[in-house]
Formats: sequence, C-alpha cells, structure tokens
Amino acid sequence: MRGRSALSGPALRMGGLVLALLLLCVVGIVTTGGRFASVGNITTLLALAATTGVVSIGMTFVITGGGIDLSVGSVLGLSTVWASTLSTQYLAEDYGWWVMVVTALAVGLAAGLVNGALVAYGKVPAFMATLAMLAAARGLAELIAGRRTQLVEVDPFLDTFRADLLGLPVIVWIFIVVAVAGWFLMNRTTFGRRTVAVGGNPEAARLAGIKIKRHTLYLYGLTGLTAGIGAVMALARTTAGSSTNGTLLELDVIAAVVVGGTLLAGGRGTITGTVLGVLIFSTLTNVFILNNIDSSVQAIAKGAIIVGAVLLQQWFAAREKATST
Amino acid sequence: MTSSTAVRTRRVSGAFIAAACAALVVTGCVSNEPRDEETAATGPVTTTDNDEPGDEVVIGFSAPAADHGWMGAITSAAEAEAEKYEDVELRVAEGTNDVNVQISQIEGFITDGVDAIVLLPFDGAALTEVALEAMEAGIPVVNVDREFTSPFAARTTVLGDNYGMGVSAGTYICEQLGDNPDAVVAEIAGIDSLPLTTDRSTGFKDALDDCGLDVDARVAADFTVEGGEEQTANLLSAEPEIDAIWNHDDDQGVGVLAAIENAGRDEFFLVGGAGSSNMMEEIQSGDSVVQATVVYPSTQAADGVKLARLIAQNKTIGDLASIGVPRTVQLFAPVVTADNVEEYLPIGFDS
Amino acid sequence: MVDVDPPGAEQQAQQPLLQMRGIVKEFPGARALDGVDLEVRPGEVHCLLGQNGAGKSTLIKVLAGAHQPTAGEVLLDGEPVTIPDPVAALGLGIATIYQELDVVDGLTVAENIYLGHELARGGVTRRSDAARNTREILKRLGHPEISPHREVGSLPAAGKQIVSLARALSRDARVVVMDEPSAVLDSEEVENLHRIVRELTADGVAVIYISHRLEEIRQLGHRITVIKDGRTVATSLSVADTPTDDLIKLMTGRAVEYSFPKRPGVPEAAAPVLEVTDLGLGDVFKDVSLTVRAGEIVGLAGLVGSGRSEILETIYGARRATSGTVRLGGKRLRGGVDAAVAAGMGLCPEERKSQGLLLDEPVYRNITLSTFARLAHSGWLDEKAERAAAQEQVEALDLRPASVDRDARTLSGGNQQKALLARWLVHGCRVLLLDEPTRGVDVGARSEIYNLIRRLADDGAAVIVVSSEIPEVLGLADRVLVISDGRAVHDSPADDIDEHAVLDMVMEGSVP
Repeated sequence: MRGRSALSGPALRMGGLVLALLLLCVVGIVTTGGRFASVGNITTLLALAATTGVVSIGMTFVITGGGIDLSVGSVLGLSTVWASTLSTQYLAEDYGWWVMVVTALAVGLAAGLVNGALVAYGKVPAFMATLAMLAAARGLAELIAGRRTQLVEVDPFLDTFRADLLGLPVIVWIFIVVAVAGWFLMNRTTFGRRTVAVGGNPEAARLAGIKIKRHTLYLYGLTGLTAGIGAVMALARTTAGSSTNGTLLELDVIAAVVVGGTLLAGGRGTITGTVLGVLIFSTLTNVFILNNIDSSVQAIAKGAIIVGAVLLQQWFAAREKATST
Repeated sequence: MTSSTAVRTRRVSGAFIAAACAALVVTGCVSNEPRDEETAATGPVTTTDNDEPGDEVVIGFSAPAADHGWMGAITSAAEAEAEKYEDVELRVAEGTNDVNVQISQIEGFITDGVDAIVLLPFDGAALTEVALEAMEAGIPVVNVDREFTSPFAARTTVLGDNYGMGVSAGTYICEQLGDNPDAVVAEIAGIDSLPLTTDRSTGFKDALDDCGLDVDARVAADFTVEGGEEQTANLLSAEPEIDAIWNHDDDQGVGVLAAIENAGRDEFFLVGGAGSSNMMEEIQSGDSVVQATVVYPSTQAADGVKLARLIAQNKTIGDLASIGVPRTVQLFAPVVTADNVEEYLPIGFDS
Repeated sequence: MVDVDPPGAEQQAQQPLLQMRGIVKEFPGARALDGVDLEVRPGEVHCLLGQNGAGKSTLIKVLAGAHQPTAGEVLLDGEPVTIPDPVAALGLGIATIYQELDVVDGLTVAENIYLGHELARGGVTRRSDAARNTREILKRLGHPEISPHREVGSLPAAGKQIVSLARALSRDARVVVMDEPSAVLDSEEVENLHRIVRELTADGVAVIYISHRLEEIRQLGHRITVIKDGRTVATSLSVADTPTDDLIKLMTGRAVEYSFPKRPGVPEAAAPVLEVTDLGLGDVFKDVSLTVRAGEIVGLAGLVGSGRSEILETIYGARRATSGTVRLGGKRLRGGVDAAVAAGMGLCPEERKSQGLLLDEPVYRNITLSTFARLAHSGWLDEKAERAAAQEQVEALDLRPASVDRDARTLSGGNQQKALLARWLVHGCRVLLLDEPTRGVDVGARSEIYNLIRRLADDGAAVIVVSSEIPEVLGLADRVLVISDGRAVHDSPADDIDEHAVLDMVMEGSVP
C-alpha cells in the first residue's frame, strides 16, 4: 500500500496530455516549418481555441457535478442573436457596448438556470432537459433572427473585443481569465468542493447536509453563463449574430473536457486538463489545415484522439486501483 | 426580417439600394412589369403574351426550412412571383427539413387536386416516390434545385449550376491571374459531404487547370458564419501569401470577411458564391477584398412557379421554336463584378 | 397446522437431492462459513434459519456459484459437483431468487425470463415462442394477467418476484433457493407465493426457503437447518416437532463475546434533546414516538424491512414525513437534511460506500464533508484547517492508516465507519443517528466503534442506533425500541429485555 506518489494519478495524466500537445506541435513544426511556429499562427490558434475553451470551463463544472449540458452550442447561438438584435444594438449605441455584453451573459445565464431548474427541481434527466433546451434555444434564435445574419454595427463593441492587449487578442485574454478563475473556483472554493461531492456521490453529499438541488441549479447556471461569455467572443470574431452560431459546439466542448481527464460520470474534474484538451483539438485542426489535409481526414483523427484518450483514462484508472488496493 | 436589414443599411453607403432590394425580396412588392421567365431582372427584357391572364391555376409549393438566407429568398421570391399573377393561387407549405413532413405535404396537395406542384425537396431521392405519385395522378411536378432520382417524377426540372459556379469562379480567377502560374489560390468550400460542394469544387478545379493554376489550400466551412470565420482564420495562417480566394457561399462569407479583417490581410482578392446582397454591396463599394461573386440564383423556385403556371395553362415558352415547356432548365451562373453589380443587386438575397 | 404435509416414509427413504458438507468460506480477515452442512430432499421445503450475519447469504451464494467455497463439497444426486459460476448453477438446475430481485427493469417479462438463454434460431430471437412459453409459465404461477410483453420496471415488487420465479421455472430448476421472498409481499401475495411453493414441491422440486417469520415456516416448511456464526447448529429438524422456543435458543447466544462495559444510567433529569412525536411515512411506518435525552443511547431493533432504517432517515429529513413532528432541543425541524445538519444532527448511513463516502476523495475531505464550508473563509477553502481537524479525529479515533490524504476507497470497513463518525465529531453533533454501525466491520474494530459510540454519548450526544444484531442493540443502548411492521411494538430500558424476547417479538410479530 503506497500513498500518492508524485508521478501517479493526476500528475501522470496531465503529463500525457502535455506530451500529446508537444507531439502535435513537433509535427506542426516538422511538416510546415516556420509557418506553424510563427507568432501569427500561434495567436490565430489561441484565438480559435478561446470560444470553445471558455464554454469548456463551464462544461467541466457541470460534468464534474455529475451532469451534462448539451445545450451550450444553441444557447451560445441564441445569446449572439439576442445581443445583436436591432433594439439591443440601438441601446448599445446609446448607452455603450456593455449593453450587448450584459444581454449575452443574461441570456446565457437564464437559459442555464432553466436547465438547472428542470434537472434539479423538475427531476428531468440532464440529458433530456438540455437536449430540449438545445432544440428550443436554436428555434428561438431562428425566430428572433428570422434566420438572417445580424451584422454587428456597434463599433465600440467590435473595437473593444477585436483589439489586441499586450500582443494577444482580447478574446484570448478572456479565455485566460476564465480558465484561471475556473481553476480557483474548482480547487480552492467551497463551490468546487461541493461540485466534486455532488458529482462523486450525490447521496453522500445530500446526507452530509449539502444542498444538492440548489448546487445543481448553480452548476447549470454557470455553464449557461460561460456560453454567454462565449457568445460575446463569437460576436466579436464573426462580427455577426446568427442562429447557426455554436452549431455542434457541445460536441467539441464535451470532447475537450473528457479528453482532458474529467470523468464523464462526475466526481472528478480538472480545469488544467480541459484547457489542454481544448488546445490539443485546436492545434490538431491548425496543423491539418496548414498541411492542407482533407476535412474528412481531420474528422477521423479527431475521433481517434477521443477514443484513445478515453482508453488511456481507463487504463490509468485501472492502474490506480491496482496500486492502491 | 426587417430589423437586421435596417441595421445593415446604417453602415453601407448604398443604403438606399439595399433597403429597396430588401423590401423587394422580403415583402414581395416586385414590379408588375411583365418579364421573360429566363432572363428576369438579369438582362435584356423581351415580351411575350404569356403573362396575360389565363385559366385559374392552383399551384402547391413546398421547400425546406428557410434556415439560411438563400433558402429564405427561394420561398419569398416564389411567393412574390405568384403574387404578380391574378390567375395563380400559390399554396405554400411550411418549410421543413423533415422529409416525412414534406412527403405528407405533397400527399396533401395530391388529395386537394392542385393543378401543379413546385417542389424543392430537402432530399431529392426521398421525395421521388411521392412526386411520381403526383405525376401519376396527373399533376405536373416542377422539380427545383435538388433533382429527383427518376426522370418520370417531374415534368420539368429547374436547376442551378453548381459545376458551372465553380467554372465561372475559376475562369474569373484565371482571367485575373492568368499571367502568373505560381499564383496561390485558396478555396473555402461549404459542407464536404454534399454533392453540390463536390460539383462546385470540381468545376473550380477544372477551370483553374485550363489556365495552369491549381488550388493550393482548401478548407470546408459548413455554410455557417462561425465556420467561415474559424476555417478562414486557419487558412490565412497556413498561407502567408495568397493571390485569390473563392468562397463557395456568401452566407458563410460574413465570417470569412471577419477573419480576413481580423488578420489584417488584403494582398488577395475574394470571389464569393451564391450572390447575397451584402457581398454585392462590398463589390460595389470598390474598397473591399471582395471583387466578384458567382450567382446561384435564389429565383429558381420563382422560375419554377412561372413554368408550373405555363404547364398548367397548357402554354408554351416564348423564344423557343419547339412547342412545350422544356424538360430541363439549367440556370446560368454569372459572375457579378463592379461592372455589372447594379444589374444584379435586385436579385441579391439577405444572408 | 393443517397445511403441513410432513415428508412421508417413502420420502424418508429417498436419497437426498442436494447435500452440502463441511462448507467453509474465508474472506480476507474473516471466516464467513465455518463448516456448514445441509441436506435437502426432493419435494421438500427446507427452511434455513439464522440471525443476521450468521452466514445464510454466503451459503446460498456458494450454492448459486457466486462464491467459491474454501473447503467442503457439494453433492447433487450423490455426485460431487463444482459450481464455478452462476451459469453453471443454472445448468445444474439450481436457481436462486434473491431478496434484491435481479431483474432488468427495461426489458419485457418474456425477455427477462429468457435472459441469457434466449430462444433463437440463427441469431434471431423467436419472440412468439418465448411469449407463448412465458404465458404458460405465468399461468402456472397463478399470474396469467401479467403480459409477456409488459416492461418489468412497471411491475410491483411482487410481480418482479413472479418474473424471477418464472425464470427459475423456465430453466427446469430442481432446486429453488428463495431468500426472504415474503419480505416484499403483502398478505394476499404471500398466500399465492405459498401456493406456488407447494406446487413446485409437489412436482418434486426442492425449495430452500429463508425466512425470519416463524409462522410462515410453520405453514410451509418441512425441515429446518439452523446456522449460527457460520456453523450448522442443528440440521434437518422437523418443523412439526420443534417448539419455537428451541429454535430461538439455537439462534441466540453468540460465540463472539461482545464486551459492553456497564454504563451508569442516564439521569432522569437530563434534558430531552430529540423528541419525535407520532412520526409516520406512508405505508412504511406509523405513529413512532420517541425521546432521546442528552447522553442517552436508544436502540432500534427489528428485521430488515421492518421500517427501522426509514425511521432514522425520516427523523433526519432525508425522507419527507407524512405525519408527525421532530423537535431538536425543543425547536421543530422543518425542511430537509441540510436543516437537520445545521441544527446539529448527523447520520451514519447503512450503506457506507454508496450513501456515506466519496470513495475517490482523500480521507480528510470525507471527514470535513459537512464542515468544509464552515471552515472556509468567505467561500475560500481552508484545507490546512480541514487537514488539522481531520488529523485530530484520525488520531483520537485511532483510524488506520493515520494518513488523511489517502483515498477513502483504500480504507477497511471499520476505518471507513470511523471516518464517518469523525465527520460528525468535527461537526459537533447533538444528535447522532447510526444505521448498522458495525456492518462489514471486523470483530476487532467493532469494540472500538462501540467504545466510541459510548464516548460520544458520555460527552452529551443523543444517539439512536439501528442494528440487525440484537445483542449489539441490547448491549449498546440504554433503551430499546422493538420495531415490527412499521410500528414500535415495545419500548423499555435495555436491561428489562433480553435477546430471546426481542427475537420472539420481531419474528412472531412479523407475520403478515
């Protein structure tokens, strides 16, 4: 019987992810030379990872808490649409760009709270509740936008979020801030501890006096909020609100979270792993495009990575169990 | 929706034209001036007496859900066209992406005994059987854009020209770069699994081959603004020097332009696809990387309605020596540039 | 009893269908079976009797192929057989109907019955044949109204049991083992069950029947084997000729000596801490009233299914009472568990792993699960304080290994129980509810846990203990409530009642 040695469990798993990322970078450099390693390309890569990344941080919490949120993509779409309607944009012109930001965040948060209320108090299975939200939010977005693309005309908004700060795009900074905040929230606060407890053993958490319903509500609210933040970033990058924004985003997000090492069954979550998972996928896409490889082949590679990562997780889990008993 | 159009008009210089065009397409207040079916709004106008009121006809119309600008324009243009004829009653079924729903819509038309059906199927193969039923029931079917698998399922088929779009785009790029065989050409496709994307790409490649160019970089952006932005950002990273880009679809073009602006690149020119009004406005402005767009007419269903009317009224088409409406009409994929953009703006659609 | 049909002379002469000889089963650190003999004849109902933990479950698991015996032999028709797995057991004609019914809720009745031996030709299931056979079997079981196509999840417990039985019959079982089959049934359904058992035995099937209800045994059984502490203490007693008193004597009196030091009684003047008045929960229990004073330990004795665990959970707020009130320190408790915990109540649940612990989290986080928020500073965790608080309890309770950073999964049952107790010690509970505090705990750790509970009471906590082991309840508690069929049938100081009397009450009183 040994205790946790420095190289067992989580540390080893993180090492594997870092290794995979480095490997991808090496492949990128070898196959494309300076094009991959250029400052511009790395910036592009990070900017593309940012939106998925922010939503993935939220998803890490909800999955760690034993749930799942399939609606993040369409909630993001709905938030971009709502925040870019004519009336919102008029208000934003009169009062400032923050009106659009607040609108996006509020819409995301509200959708998340509806999800949470359905799951926690309505006892609807998370899969079904958020699947319903996936359909409904997309539909509402289409209705509001009339299936048109709504161009963002509020220049101060675009100027703020499309700018660079200390050499990095603002949206990359948003990702960094959300990731760091997420890490502290998960590892250093009572909120994070409750999340792990509720996901790891909801009955034990309940019998220990934790308000698991209320916490579940918060978890989905948080995830919705990150979808709202993601919406602000998507609005800035595409300069347009569209009901198609965030299509299938939920799959990319869940894949990144699970590849990062968060347990799909709940009870264990890692923000660092999620960030690495997001970076692995966006680096993969980038390296493939740099090499002008078919999008179908990219899809196959993505699938292989997901399966490989889950197999690896199980292998680690089995090893951990074997060494600890 | 007018809200989005109004927002857009506050930016562009050609605000008036855009608003007018939006009003035309959206509200259907199209001019009542008689025009020839094949050249509506696109060129020289010839007159026939086909537009004179004839027998009352009921035309059933079904198309997929208007989930992007082009598809939205399809239905509104068809409605607008029907509006022009006092002898046409157009029954428009709610747009749907569920083939079963669409099949039951057609079955409903058969039961109602409409005089003709105009059908843009969500999936041509899946709707073939019910179209055959309609034909057997003596109701002529006009098939639009996505072809049935049986030649007996439609009286007439109106098609856009996906291969031709690629050829037009490629030929235009050849004209612009022809003297430079090392020029870097990039392609931003739509959804790779769709046959129409393959057709467009093949036409593009064939046309470039003709002048000794090839596609140096290619991404697929899934027809969404977000996809356009992401894929273009990666593409621009991959190719530090580009001479020309063809983007298959103007709906995703909004994202493509956002990415180009983000990267601060302007060493190349961009050719669009489909023909949205905001791309045409970019072309018109003269200071954009967008130099041209290849039209994939969103008026095909409107053509379908016109042809269905003629078939139902047992009329023939003008300017053809042969009698009867042709079996197949394949529409031209013209290139819109600064030189002729004024002419095409009225058929541009809102993405 | 008129129904009793003792085996006649003809059967007496018959060769036993099933014999188990000297079965020993050792688990790491414990000997669950220490030489059990069992002999079952065709066509008889053989009752297996013994207190909780005597080894009945282990024995039938050996028979079902779920456990491999460490020593001893099993003979079928006089031939030695090995039962490596449950499939082999079914192949030999031994079917087991467990208390926790092992049916698949999402499948239909027919699919459940043919699960694992589907009627199929060339990989295609023959649904119509399966449905027809199923209908026949169900008719034979007296339940023609159950459709073969009904989803099992929609059936009540009795229906599920019928499906379990039908599965056994579909395999042409010769030996059917039933583990407390009547515990989940109401009286009408019990009648039907008895009828089915009699029909089975009339066909020559041997039934091994486990029940705590003496009256049922009298109605149904032919012979009895009594197990205590993993040994056979009496085998093949005739049901008709053995007085109840003798049976209870055989079952009681433990080989393991529990040492319960005498404690001074709780002074009458001690303030009542917990007052439960007329508490009820639907059909599960009714009109339960009890008062626990500071420093007092109250024990709840009763069979599994009598409602004792539910009483604890309802007091705790984990189940919503349908009637009655709970007062803590004179203040009425409303709301759920969180309100109870906030008011100073703690529960160590029956299922430590599934209800109590975060197995993949370190010990200290398990210990501070109810208190981390209190130790935190405006939402920021204070892990240093948590570790210190946990470490203090680990040392005080002699929890081994003494590291607070190990995962809870790696601890033994006794140490897991200590970790749960530590949770409430850190919390500083005024009322502690303990459900089966020594289940799965080895003998050595048991007395430590007893001492610990005593110490908690000495420090002023009001404690309620639920246990299936009557000596434990009697030895530990100052006052005992006997629960039978959802009612408190007895309430007295622990000294005024003995094991024999309690067993008598819970077994006789539980006849439906």
